[in-house]
Amino acid sequence: MTRLFGEPVPRREDPRLLTGQGRYLDDLGQGALAAAFVRSPHAHAGIVDIDLSAAIDVEGLVAVYTWEDLPERVGAPLPLLIPHPALTHGRTAYPLARDVVRHVGEPVVMVVARDRYVAEDVCSLIRVDYEVRKPVVGVPEAAAGAHLVHEDVPGNVGAHLVQEVPAADGRSAAQAVEDAPHRLTFRLGIERSASMPLEGRGVYARWDADDRSLRVYSSTQTSTSVRMALAARFGLPLPSVEVIAPDVGGGFGVKIVHPWPEEVLVPWAAMLLGREVKWAEDRREHFVSSAHERAQEQTVRVGFDDEGRVLGLDVTILHDHGAYTPYGIIVPIITSTQLLGPYRIGAYRVEFSSLYTNTVQVTPYRGAGRPQGVFCMERTMDRIAAHLGLDRTTVRAANFIQPGEFPYDQGLIFQDGRPLIYDSGNYPESLRLLKELIGWDDFPARRAEAAREGRRLGIGIGCYVEGTGVGPYEGGHVQVTSDGRVHVSTGLTSQGQGHETVFAQIAATELGVPLERVSVVTGDTRRFGYAVGTFASRAAVMSGNAIALACRKVREKALRIAADALEADPGDLEVADGVVRVAGSPGASIPLATVAVLANPLRYAFDEETGRATQFAAGAGMDRPPVDEGEEPGLEGRDYYSPIRSTYASGMHAAIVETDPDTAEIRILRYAVVHDCGKLINPMIVEGQIHGGVAQGVGGALYERMVYDGHGQLLNASFMDFLMPYATEIPLIETAHLETPSPLNPLGIKGAGEAGVIPVSAVIASAIEDAEGIVIDRMPISPSELFDLRRAPAPG
Amino acid sequence: MFDITLRVNGVLRQASVPGRRLLSDCLRHDLGLTGTHVGCEHGVCGCCTVLLDGEPVRSCLTFAVTVDGREITTVEGLAGPGGELSPVQRAFAECHGLQCGFCTPGFLCTATALLRDNPSPSEEDVLEGLSGNLCRCTGYQNIVKAVHRAAELIAEESR
Repeated sequence: MTRLFGEPVPRREDPRLLTGQGRYLDDLGQGALAAAFVRSPHAHAGIVDIDLSAAIDVEGLVAVYTWEDLPERVGAPLPLLIPHPALTHGRTAYPLARDVVRHVGEPVVMVVARDRYVAEDVCSLIRVDYEVRKPVVGVPEAAAGAHLVHEDVPGNVGAHLVQEVPAADGRSAAQAVEDAPHRLTFRLGIERSASMPLEGRGVYARWDADDRSLRVYSSTQTSTSVRMALAARFGLPLPSVEVIAPDVGGGFGVKIVHPWPEEVLVPWAAMLLGREVKWAEDRREHFVSSAHERAQEQTVRVGFDDEGRVLGLDVTILHDHGAYTPYGIIVPIITSTQLLGPYRIGAYRVEFSSLYTNTVQVTPYRGAGRPQGVFCMERTMDRIAAHLGLDRTTVRAANFIQPGEFPYDQGLIFQDGRPLIYDSGNYPESLRLLKELIGWDDFPARRAEAAREGRRLGIGIGCYVEGTGVGPYEGGHVQVTSDGRVHVSTGLTSQGQGHETVFAQIAATELGVPLERVSVVTGDTRRFGYAVGTFASRAAVMSGNAIALACRKVREKALRIAADALEADPGDLEVADGVVRVAGSPGASIPLATVAVLANPLRYAFDEETGRATQFAAGAGMDRPPVDEGEEPGLEGRDYYSPIRSTYASGMHAAIVETDPDTAEIRILRYAVVHDCGKLINPMIVEGQIHGGVAQGVGGALYERMVYDGHGQLLNASFMDFLMPYATEIPLIETAHLETPSPLNPLGIKGAGEAGVIPVSAVIASAIEDAEGIVIDRMPISPSELFDLRRAPAPG
Repeated sequence: MFDITLRVNGVLRQASVPGRRLLSDCLRHDLGLTGTHVGCEHGVCGCCTVLLDGEPVRSCLTFAVTVDGREITTVEGLAGPGGELSPVQRAFAECHGLQCGFCTPGFLCTATALLRDNPSPSEEDVLEGLSGNLCRCTGYQNIVKAVHRAAELIAEESR
């Protein structure tokens, strides 16, 4: 059998992407009109007047729209994508601001012109008069509630949620903390960062007035859902709307939000004008008008025994969700549930308030709330170790869920609305591998040696569990055509994860055909209309399994038809290299291509091969119809995978850092990763996902933050000032894999996309704290901040 | 409007552009060479890097009119005359040096010039050489590996 599953197969995307033949959003529609937007320069203001008089004579201007110009359905607030009972005050933006702007960057006017240069000229000539209001910036100001982001949301509280798992004897978490031999209380904080894909958002729409159909290309993580949202908003029949995600230049979460204002407005303008219209976001727009993530303030109360076992944990989280909540409260839900990591906690209570601020909205960025949760739990583990004078890995090991305890029910409700039950894992073995890889036990000697040279070294660790492959479902369609080619499609989208390769590996393995014969299409609603999207490390798990199931249907049908043709028993047949054979009888065989021909009884031939399936040539018996009852013509199959609940991947990272005793410069000397995402489909690609995740984690730990001033102005809205790491900032990442299969899905796989980023801030904080002997409770940390911490008086 | 003539990937191309037209926009929208990408439009990310008379430049910080008569190589011009991938392109595929591919054209142009000037770069040389290009997907490790691998391929082929 062709074994392609599990092999580091070279990527099938690469030839086109390496030669400039990729098709990203702004590569399409070269003749389209360009849209540009007048965006609010104020964080909070009323719109008094919009004056277009200076703008309308610009040559090349086609149209200008404000909220007043939008029909009722088009101008309605954008959908609240994920309602939740605790989100009592969910608010979403209008596609163009109506009366009030609530963050710098909110779109106020849309301009459509001959090209982007002209469109921006026009934008600069439009005068908007604002009545500036007091903005709310940052968690403390939001929580104080003295000023409101939305007049009808008291205290700026969008949502408030408590989840509690009492102790086995029924005591509350607060009581369990109280009763514990040791207790600690402390605060932690994480600042804002953002997905920041190198390709921004973008939309390109064509309205075909002749057949009244709309085709929209969007740089999105969910084309099927954009399609349904647009059809509903424009009142078009769903079959008349197609949405395609072309090559997408990175997503990392931000492109799962939809429909964006621009995603509504650009197609609407295309329909209204009867012209192709395109908008490609520029970098400043991406900073001020897409989405950010991460910012939280956490208060931790923990009680533990002499071995460091956590008996009670009580966490309060203040989460800054920005000006609007289109993506609901998924981020703080994930923080508060995934915080538990690989640990068995005696009693747990978590409470979060999700707060409005006059800043860019907060929606998932790779990791999606987990980095904050892991930071909280791992800082807690380190504090316990420090308090008890124990090794940090010993404390973690004392709390691990053991391999024999799966499935392990954490007693909470996860982000998919289903119980947080871990399916499988081997945390002690992960820790053993990690300690070996980084040389944990030898580190004291290395540190002492460095100290003799006047150098300051520290080692840190972080562990996490990641719920991946969330439902509700994905599907796959597989068709073998009469030329022997295999066409695979799935509805979810791709942003660089190599889906064309890994899904082809799965199909080739399942069907027994050479990889070269398989082609894969993702994110194109013309090919597959039912899907959810690419997020939450779910694509390989969801579509991978759906495609495998669809292939199994096709294989079964192929064997049935081939058995007829070969007058053999289907059970005696095998498929290899695209040929169905009778096992042990090499002469008796039939190519899958021919099976595909036979699967589709024809009246009309179009070549010699298909002539074999025409009505006077086919040898089927006269006692059965050409297409038997229960059968369908063609060698194709469609199936869906819908999991009972998420599958839980895990990993552990460790790092050795060096801090400069004079300048406080922080350097990562070594970075080690042990990762367990179940069965690997393509180890090369998984490794690449981890590298990329860790690099984003390093950015979040040491460099990246969104600097808002008190007026709600984002002061560093450019790549010059928002410091993403270059090659020079990222250490060599050493990796080891465990493969604990998931019992939940046919392929035994778990998600891998987000893993790398999750524990990095925790790991680096742990290592810096170890090097410096100073408590690190906020991330990111810059050399200046470390320098200041050194000079600050010790607390207490 | 200014009429300019450029030699792009060995072919003479003409365009009529306003003075403010960026070279990146001229290549992408006037000449239809969309392989050159624009990631920031302020010269930091390096996605738009092309070779101008052989030297890497940011096409988003270059006005098209200023390069009239000059020679430009874009990602579309890196492969051989028969379409065979260059050693740098092959090495990026072999080492998984790209994921979404958006920054890749800039890295390929940068690495091509780097290896022409320094056929056997040290680790430091490679990091320094790539330190003007952002990638959000790969974490750079496989890009660095790919540049070393490309150096090997070039050396093998010139033997």
